[in-house]
Amino acid sequence: MLLAVVMVAAAIVAGCTGTGGETTPAPTTAPAETTTPTETTAPAETQTLLIATTTSLYDTGLLDYIRPMFEDEYGAEVKITAKGTGQSLELGRGGDVDVMMVHDRAREDEFIDEGYGVNRRVIAYNYFVIVGPESDPAGIKGMDPEEAFLTIREMGLADPESVKFVSRGDDSGTHGKEKAIWTSAGMDYTTDVQGSGDWYIEAGTGMGSTLVLASEKEAYTLSDIGTFLAYKGDIQLVTLVDKGDILLNIYSAMQISPDRFPEVNSTLAKEWINFLISPEIQDEIGNFGVAEYGEPLFFPSRGAWETIGVTQAECEDPIP
Amino acid sequence: MVDSLSGLEPIGEGLVQAFYLIVSLDPTIIDITLRSLLITFSAVIIGSLISLPLGALISFNDFPGKKTVINLIQTLYAIPTVVVGLVVFMFLRRIGPFGFLDLLFTPGGMIIGQTILVLPIITGLTISALSGLDTTIRDTIISLGATSLQFFLSVMKEVRFAIFAAIALAFGRAISEVGAAIIIGGNIQTGTFWGSTRILTTAITLETGKGDIALSIALGIILLCIALIVNSLMTIVQQR
Repeated sequence: MLLAVVMVAAAIVAGCTGTGGETTPAPTTAPAETTTPTETTAPAETQTLLIATTTSLYDTGLLDYIRPMFEDEYGAEVKITAKGTGQSLELGRGGDVDVMMVHDRAREDEFIDEGYGVNRRVIAYNYFVIVGPESDPAGIKGMDPEEAFLTIREMGLADPESVKFVSRGDDSGTHGKEKAIWTSAGMDYTTDVQGSGDWYIEAGTGMGSTLVLASEKEAYTLSDIGTFLAYKGDIQLVTLVDKGDILLNIYSAMQISPDRFPEVNSTLAKEWINFLISPEIQDEIGNFGVAEYGEPLFFPSRGAWETIGVTQAECEDPIP
Repeated sequence: MVDSLSGLEPIGEGLVQAFYLIVSLDPTIIDITLRSLLITFSAVIIGSLISLPLGALISFNDFPGKKTVINLIQTLYAIPTVVVGLVVFMFLRRIGPFGFLDLLFTPGGMIIGQTILVLPIITGLTISALSGLDTTIRDTIISLGATSLQFFLSVMKEVRFAIFAAIALAFGRAISEVGAAIIIGGNIQTGTFWGSTRILTTAITLETGKGDIALSIALGIILLCIALIVNSLMTIVQQR
C-alpha cells in the first residue's frame, strides 16, 4: 500500500516536472471563445524514440555521435539506454523500448521467432579480439580462436597460477560469443569450462571492468575491438588473436513488434533503422573513431553482406 | 615505488579536471549535477512528508506487532538500491501494473525509486527520535489542548536536531545511489533536461565503462562537494 502511495505521489511530481520536454497543450482550460492561431503555428509535438542498446555501441560514443544528426533531420528526441544484450532483450520483451540494438545473432533469431522483434537490419560489424598479457604464457599468438581457447583451457587446468581466462559471465553479447567459440571448439560450456577450475574467472560485469580485471590478473579475455581500443592506454594487455570467421561481431537494429505492443513508436523506429543503413550514415559509421584510434571501430554493413554472411536485403533494403 | 603509484595518477588528473569542469561551467556537467540535486531533493521532500507523520503515528500509538513493524523498518535501512530499482522497474514497465503512467526511463520514476529508498530511514529515525522524547513534554503539549497537527509540529520541533540528522542521512543515501537510478532511469542523455535521466552517479558508471577514469574521479569529486555544501547548509539551519 505504501508503494502505491509513493507511486501516486511521485506521479504527481512527474506530472508537474517530468514531462517538461514535451509540449503540453492545455486547450481545455484556455479560453475557447477566441480563435486559436497559436495552434496552427505551434510546432508539432516532439516525438520520442526510446532505444535499448548494447554497451559497446554506446560507450564508444558512436550513438551519441549519430543521435543529433537524426534528431535534427526528423525533429525527434532520441533516448538511448545502454544495457547488456541480455537486459536489452528483456526490455524488448516488455515493450519498454521502441528499438533494440544488439549483437547476438542466435538470441536475436529467438527473439524474432517469439514475435517480439521485427524488421532487423545489420548496421555495422567488426571483430572480437582475444587479448592477453604481452608475455603470452599460453603461447596463443596467431592461433585460430578455437585453438587458442583450447590451449588456454589446457594450460590453465595444468597451471592456473600463470594461465587464466576472464569471462564477462553476464549473458552479454560478448559472453554469448565466448560460449559460441567454446562450443565450436568442441567443449560443453557448462561442464568443461564454467567452474572447471581456478583458471576460469567469471567477472559478471561490463567489458571495461572485465578488461581491467584481466589486466590486473595477467589473464586472457575476449573483447570487442572498440572497448579494447578505448582501454588500451590504461591496461597491460595486447591483441593476440584477431583472425577467424567466428570472431565476426555483427551489430543489428530491430523494431519491437508494434503488433504485440501497440504503444511503441513504430514510425520513428522504422525511420531510425533506415537512417542507420542509409549511405551517408554508413559512411559516418565507417569513419567513426579513426581520428582518435587510428583505425575504425566499426565497419559499415553496406556492401559487406557477403563478408557478414547475411542477405543483401538485411543490410541495405530500407524498411518499407 | 613510483611505479606502484602510477595507478593512482587518474586521481590527480581527476582533481584538475573537476576544477576545470566546475570553473568552466561545463553545460553537460551542470545539467547532470542539477538533475541529481532536483531528483534527490524531490525524493527527500516527498519521503519526509510521508515519513515524519508516519513515524509519529507509529511512535505515539500502541498496536499489536509494533515492535515487529519497527524492526522491519530498521531492517529496510539496508535494502540494496538495486533491489529497489528492480521492484520499481517491474511496477513501472509497460507490462507492469503502473505501466500506463509512462514513468520508466524518466526522472519521475527515479524520484519514486529514491523516495522508497529514503522512506524507511526517515520513518525509522523519526521513531527513534520520538522515543527519546521526555514524556512530560508530550503530556504538557497535550494538556495545553493542542490539535493533532499542533501536537505533531510541537513534538517535531522538540526533536528537530535528530530529524535534521535523519534527513541529512536520507539525502546522502539518495544522492549517492546508483543501482536504482540506472535500472529505472536508464542513464539517458538527450537534448532536453527532463528527457534525460543521467545523474552524477550513473555518469560515473558510464565514464568508468568508457575507460575515462579521470572524468569519473572528477564527477565523484563534484558529488562529494555537493554533499559537503548541503550538509554545511543544514548545519547552519540547525544552529539557528
